[in-house]
Amino acid sequence: MTATKNERVFTVTGQDWDDLTDEIREAKDERIVVNMGPQHPSTHGVLRLILELEGETVTEARAGIGYLHTGIEKNLEFRTWTQGTTFVTRMDYLSPLFNEAAYVFGVEKLLGITDEVPEKAQVMRVLLMELNRISSHLVAIATGGMEIGALTVMTIGFRERELVLDLFELITGLRMNHAFIRPGGVAQDLPAGALEEIDSFIRLMKKRLREYADLCNANPVFKGRLEGVGYLDLEGCLALGLTGPILRSTGYPWDLRKTQPYSGYEDYDFDVITWDTADAYGRFRIRLAEMWESLRIVEQAAKRLEGLDGAPVMVADKKIAWPARLAIGSDGMGNSLDHIRHIMGESMEALIHHFKLVTEGFRVPPGQAYAAVESPRGELGAHVVSDGGTRPYRVHFRDPSFTNLQATSVMAEGGMVADVIVSIASIDPVMGGVDR
Amino acid sequence: MSADTPRQARGEAADTGMFGVHGTGDTSGYGGLVRATPAPDRASDVAVPPYGGWFDEVADALAGAAPEVVIHRGEITFRVRREHLLEVLRTLRDGLRFELCSGVSGVHYPTDTGGELHAVYHLLSMTFNRRVRVETSAPEEDPHLPSGVSIYPTLDWHERETYDMFGIVFDGHPGLTRILMPDDWPGHPQRKDYPLGGIPVDYHGATIPPPDERRSYS
Repeated sequence: MTATKNERVFTVTGQDWDDLTDEIREAKDERIVVNMGPQHPSTHGVLRLILELEGETVTEARAGIGYLHTGIEKNLEFRTWTQGTTFVTRMDYLSPLFNEAAYVFGVEKLLGITDEVPEKAQVMRVLLMELNRISSHLVAIATGGMEIGALTVMTIGFRERELVLDLFELITGLRMNHAFIRPGGVAQDLPAGALEEIDSFIRLMKKRLREYADLCNANPVFKGRLEGVGYLDLEGCLALGLTGPILRSTGYPWDLRKTQPYSGYEDYDFDVITWDTADAYGRFRIRLAEMWESLRIVEQAAKRLEGLDGAPVMVADKKIAWPARLAIGSDGMGNSLDHIRHIMGESMEALIHHFKLVTEGFRVPPGQAYAAVESPRGELGAHVVSDGGTRPYRVHFRDPSFTNLQATSVMAEGGMVADVIVSIASIDPVMGGVDR
Repeated sequence: MSADTPRQARGEAADTGMFGVHGTGDTSGYGGLVRATPAPDRASDVAVPPYGGWFDEVADALAGAAPEVVIHRGEITFRVRREHLLEVLRTLRDGLRFELCSGVSGVHYPTDTGGELHAVYHLLSMTFNRRVRVETSAPEEDPHLPSGVSIYPTLDWHERETYDMFGIVFDGHPGLTRILMPDDWPGHPQRKDYPLGGIPVDYHGATIPPPDERRSYS
């Protein structure tokens, strides 16, 4: 403990909470300011919370962010449009395919090729995004459970997420940071055996997803911690710009996949899940039910892919389509030997074409576009500006975690300090997306 | 206006880039070509009424602010003067039910003399399922825009981010401080004349030189 002019500063390093409370008991003042984070297991990465407490009641809560700022938007301006997917996929690291999709939809809008993207690429994008929604919601539920002491929810959540990541590894070559959705289509055709793997995944998940409902839905401890916590009504959501499960927990069925369909979502049969309690429990139930809906979409997408064997996955325009056919090996994505043989041994023109497109990139007509997708956390928007060059002039991401985190104060203030954790978990912020 | 200006301004040679990359860090092989950076939506792009569909309804409601209308790739942009910004946002929210503001995004056009710093707002009407974009600008010498927090509270953090990255001062913001960069960071990183990398960092009283100056690879 150190003393400054009017205040006393305590440094709590762990397992010394009793010392702190003993010290505070002597003091007449009940008001303490607690700095939580940025390195704390319950703050979802490097989020910093500054809490002012009167006893156990939170009178003021402020969130401090920026600890994971990596300048991705600035870096994008120095790389080609295709290389951009490699950057944006690293923003919100729990939903990389949504970042890629939002960015790519913006670029395609500027190129004017939205309708020319082949059907198989569109279906594969939907398939990957919905698998990603499942893995992201699993982490939300798993970490949210862990933070209130439900460790089994955490272990089984990460167990199932691993299955999704295995599928990603099979299809894209990487478990995370895929850079797989590219302007004009996707990087690679579906590998052999992928549909069978997806099929067995769906069958397994239909059994496993029930476990979460059995463990949590009617569990009195779980409900006691979540019900009525982190309340925010529809008006508050819209004023603060909140979207995704938080908005749907107020009973408003706003889902961009239904209202402003992209990538052919209008062709799939699924429901928008809502709840009417506007609290953390409702958001949990929405995420749980949305995984079932995602599973339905994955099932339909896989069925469509059966009939699209051998169909193109990249736009036909050779001035945009990535020339290299990549191969997926045990160590990720790499060069295709067939393609190397073609450009190095058979065709000078193919080599020039490859060189021009891969090093210089394609030009995007000047203008600006805004493309939004329904990410697991809400509206993920990409504002893409081109000056007609081979590199983005400016790309800004409207990340739902960033916007939703503004609700920390309204959700936490007036409640108990233990409920702050539940509120934050129900927002499900991913700091990679918040700080970019 | 090329990205290496500050480096040269510091009296250093321009070709000290990391890993042999010279000048702008351009990996395209065409870094020697200096191309003009015209502001997108040039004056020739300004659309004339009728715009078609619901665009006219919104444009008529905003006629008082005399916006320039740009329609590109099916999206409508209203370019307004900064003194009309709040009036336009309020009309869109109250009169036309644009309930959700997706935030503000800054863009820096060094060649757009008198309005180098642009702020772009994306608004969504959930009632009518419509999106519009409102764009306004401020000169670098007087980088002030009115804050929209009183109309869309969600703009709080978004305006802080735009201030942090572009140095646009939003007058009337309840607490305009940096949000992503450290509080004492000099400069605004997303401006076009701010280099990528090459910035020494102060940390706990020590100065860490940029990576390309820490050791020599030659």
